[in-house]
Amino acid sequence: MEEIVQFNLNGRDTEITIDPTLTLLWVLRDQFGLTGTKYGCGIGFCGACTIILDNEAVRSCLLPIGDVAGKKVLTIEGLAVNGKPHPIQKAFMEHDALQCGYCTPGMIMHAYGLLLKNPEPSRQEVIDGMEENLCRCGAHIRIIEAIQSAAREMKKGQ
Amino acid sequence: MRKRATPKNATGQGHSVSLKRRDFFKLLGGGIILYYSTWDPSELLALPLAQRRSLPADYNAFLLIKEDGTVNNYTGKIEMGQGVITSLAQQMADELDVTFESIHMVMGDTALCPWDAGTWGSLTTRQFSHYMCAAAAEARAVLLEMGSEHLGLPLDELRVKEGVIYGISDPGKNVSYGELAKGKRLERYLEVKPAVKKYTEYHYVGDSMRHTDAWEKVTGKARYAGDMKLPGMLHARILRPPSLGATLVSVDTSEAEKMEGVQVLRDGDLVAALHEQPDMAAVAVVRIKAEYSFDEKDVNQDTIFKYLLDAPSSGREVARSGDLKEGENMSDMVIESEFHDGYVAHAPIEPHTALAHVESNGVTVWASTQSPFGTQDSIAALLDLELEQVRVITPFVGGGFGGKSPHQQAVEAVRLSKITGKPVMVAWTREEEFMYDTYRPAAVVRIRSGMTRSGKITMWDFSQYFAGSRGSDTIYAVPHALTMGYDESRGGPRVHPFATGAWRAPGNNTNTFARESQIDMMAARAGKDPLQFRLDNLEDQQMIGVLKAVADKFGYSPAAGPSGRGIGIACGIDAGTYVAHIAQVQVDEETGKVKVIRVACAQDMGLCVNPQGAILQMESCITMGMGYALSEDIEYEGGKLFTKNFDSYQIPLFSWVPEIETVILDRQHMPPQGGGEPAIICMGGVIANAIFDATGARLYQMPMTPQRVLEAIGKAKEI
Repeated sequence: MEEIVQFNLNGRDTEITIDPTLTLLWVLRDQFGLTGTKYGCGIGFCGACTIILDNEAVRSCLLPIGDVAGKKVLTIEGLAVNGKPHPIQKAFMEHDALQCGYCTPGMIMHAYGLLLKNPEPSRQEVIDGMEENLCRCGAHIRIIEAIQSAAREMKKGQ
Repeated sequence: MRKRATPKNATGQGHSVSLKRRDFFKLLGGGIILYYSTWDPSELLALPLAQRRSLPADYNAFLLIKEDGTVNNYTGKIEMGQGVITSLAQQMADELDVTFESIHMVMGDTALCPWDAGTWGSLTTRQFSHYMCAAAAEARAVLLEMGSEHLGLPLDELRVKEGVIYGISDPGKNVSYGELAKGKRLERYLEVKPAVKKYTEYHYVGDSMRHTDAWEKVTGKARYAGDMKLPGMLHARILRPPSLGATLVSVDTSEAEKMEGVQVLRDGDLVAALHEQPDMAAVAVVRIKAEYSFDEKDVNQDTIFKYLLDAPSSGREVARSGDLKEGENMSDMVIESEFHDGYVAHAPIEPHTALAHVESNGVTVWASTQSPFGTQDSIAALLDLELEQVRVITPFVGGGFGGKSPHQQAVEAVRLSKITGKPVMVAWTREEEFMYDTYRPAAVVRIRSGMTRSGKITMWDFSQYFAGSRGSDTIYAVPHALTMGYDESRGGPRVHPFATGAWRAPGNNTNTFARESQIDMMAARAGKDPLQFRLDNLEDQQMIGVLKAVADKFGYSPAAGPSGRGIGIACGIDAGTYVAHIAQVQVDEETGKVKVIRVACAQDMGLCVNPQGAILQMESCITMGMGYALSEDIEYEGGKLFTKNFDSYQIPLFSWVPEIETVILDRQHMPPQGGGEPAIICMGGVIANAIFDATGARLYQMPMTPQRVLEAIGKAKEI
C-alpha cells in the first residue's frame, strides 16, 4: 500500500507517495534521480549505499523508505554547497583517494558520519571507523590520509 | 642460450595459435607503429576471431579539434579506475602541443571511438597510445602545413605553443588550431608519416597528475551504467538456477504475473520479472517457481587440486633450454614441490550492469564492460544486425580487473528489451555477480629444481596446470630448464565447475607465487640470504635493478631464512614491467593470523607517463593482492557456490593496509610497459616467504588462511 512519506532530503523538506517498504537506496536512485548512492551488495556489507540519517551514517540498501519519515537524509549530492566541495570531498581529490570511484560516495558519507562523532580521530580511529566500507581498487591508504587531512581542515574552518 | 619454444597448435579448430609479432601488427591493421614493446602475443588469443577488427588508419578517428581549441580525444579504452583517462590526455596534449586542460576524453563509445579489442592486459599505454600518438603527430603536422599556408610563412619559420601556431620571428603572426580545424575533420593526409616526439620533448608526460575524473566521482555526479535512465525503462530481475550445473525443466510464473505492474518475460532459458521499480522486480522474481535437472561435477574446494591433476588438458611446452637430465646430474640438491591456488573472484564493487534499448532501426546499450566493441559484436550477432546498428556506450566502470571482459548482462538486457520494446536495465545483484563471475582459475604448479652446493641453480622443471602460462617461464639464469603449461583444451570439455577467465595479471599470480616460494626454499636450503641467492642466479640486469632498488627502499639487511624477522622477497615480470617486492609480516602463532606490516615495491616500467597514476596502481596491486594471498576463497560443491556475498568472501579491509613504499626506476628513455597489473603478481610469494622467515613454516597453498598457516607451523615444528 502506498503512503505519503515526508522527510528532509539534502536540506529540503520533501514528500513522496510510495510503498513504504521500498528501500531508501532505490527510492533515492529511481524516484529522486540521486544516483550517487550506489548498490554494492544489498545486505549492508559493503557500504557503497551509505547515507547520513539524522547525523548517523547508515546503509540505505536495508532501510525501508517508511523508516525515514520525519528524519533528515543527506546524500553525496547534498554535501557540496554551491559547487564548493566539502573538505572531505576536497581531501579525497587532493589525495587521489579513489580509483574506479564506485565506492567513493559511500566512503565519503561514512567518513562524514565518522567525523561528526569524532572530529579529531587518530589514524587508528579512522581505520576502525572505516573498516566496514569496502574498496576493491585498493585506495585504502589514501582514503585514510584524506580523512585525517579533512579532519584537520574542518577543525581550522571552525 | 634459452630459446622460446614455438607454441604448438593447441586449438584443433583450424587456426593456429602460433602468432608472431609481425602477424599481430598486421592483424591490427597498423602501418603507423613506430616502436613496439615486449609483450606476450598470446594475450591477443584471448579474443574471439570476430573481435579482431582493426584500428582505423585515419588519424581523425582519434581526435577532433573544436573551434574553441578544445580537443576531443577518442579511445575505445574505458576508465575503470586505472587512470588512463588522465594519462592518455597527457600523451595527447604533448604530442599535439596543446594544453592538458584542453583535452576532453571520449571513451568506450562504439559510435564515436576507434575500434579497440578491450581494456585489459595493461595494453593502453604500451600499445594503444603508440597509435594515438602517431595520429596526433600527423594531425599536428597537417595543422602546421595549414598554418604555414594561412600565415604565408614557411614551415621552418613556425612554432606551436598551446594549440597556437606562431611565426618564430614575428609572433604577432599567429593562428590557432581551432581556427584552422573549425571543429571539422582534417581532410589532408601526409605521405610520409611524421615521427612522434622524443621523451625529452615531453611537457606533461612524466609529470605526476591527479586523476581528472575525481571531481565527478567525489560529488556523485560520475555516471555508471546503472545510473542511466530512459523514459519507460523497466528493471529486470532474472530467474537464476540454484547451481551452474542446473538446467531449467519447467517454470510457473503465474504468481509473479499477478503482481501489479509486473511483466514476466521468457526467451528460452532466460526468464525474468520486470517492473518500473527494481525492488518490485526483486519481489516478483522470487515468486517464480521453477524446476531443474542437475548435472554437477563431483568436485569441491577440498578435492579440486587432485581433480585438476586428473583432468584432461592440453600440454604445451612454453620454454626449454639445455637438458633436464644433464641439469639433474649437475645438482647436489633437488627440491620438489607442489603448489595450490584456489578460485578467486573479481568482486568489483559495481556488479555487471547494462541498460539496453532495442528499437526498430538499431540498439543502444550502456554497459559496464571492459570490452564495448566485443559487446557490440555479440549483440550484432545475436540480433543479426550490422555493427553500425549497435551502439555500445561505456560510462565509468566501477572496477573490472578482467571480470568485465565478458558481457553476459548486456546480452541479457538486449534480449529482454527486444521482447518488450522498452528500455531494460539489468543490474546484477551481488549474488549474481558471484554466480557468473569468470573466476581466476584454481590451479596446481609442480616444480622440481636442482642446485649446486654453492647455491647455483642447475635445473628448473616447471609445470603449471590450469593457471595459464603468463609469468610461468623462469626469470632466473638456469642452464637446464623446461616450462610446461597444461590448460583446458580449446573446444574440449570444460574442466572447471564454473566459468573462469582473466583476473588481474592472469596466470602470473599463481606462477609467481610458486616460483618465488621455490626459490626461497632453495635459498634457505643453501643457507643463503634470499636476496643474494636471487642476485647470484640472475643475469637479467632489469631484474637485478629492481631487486637492488627495492632492497634499498626497504633498508634491507641480509640474513638467511628463517631469520625470525618476518621479511620476505619476491620478484617477477608482467606486461613487460619488472617488479620486486619486500614485505614484512607478523604471524600470530596461536591463531595463524598474518598481518602484513610493510611492503616496499620497485618497478621498472620503461617510460612512465603519469608517475602519480603508476604509484596508485602499485598501491592498488599491493592492497588487492593481500586478498588473494591471505583470505579470498570460495566454497562450492560442483557448480553450486556457497560463497555468494561479501559476508563470506573476505576482501582486504582498512585494518589490513600496511605501510607502503614504492619506487619507479627512471627509464623514461625506454618504451612504456604495463602499469595496472605487474605489482600484484608478487603478493602471494612475498607474503609466503615472509611467513617462512617469521616462523620457518612453508605455505604451499593460497589463500594462506589462518588455518593453513597453523597447519604449516605444526608441520615445521615436527621437522
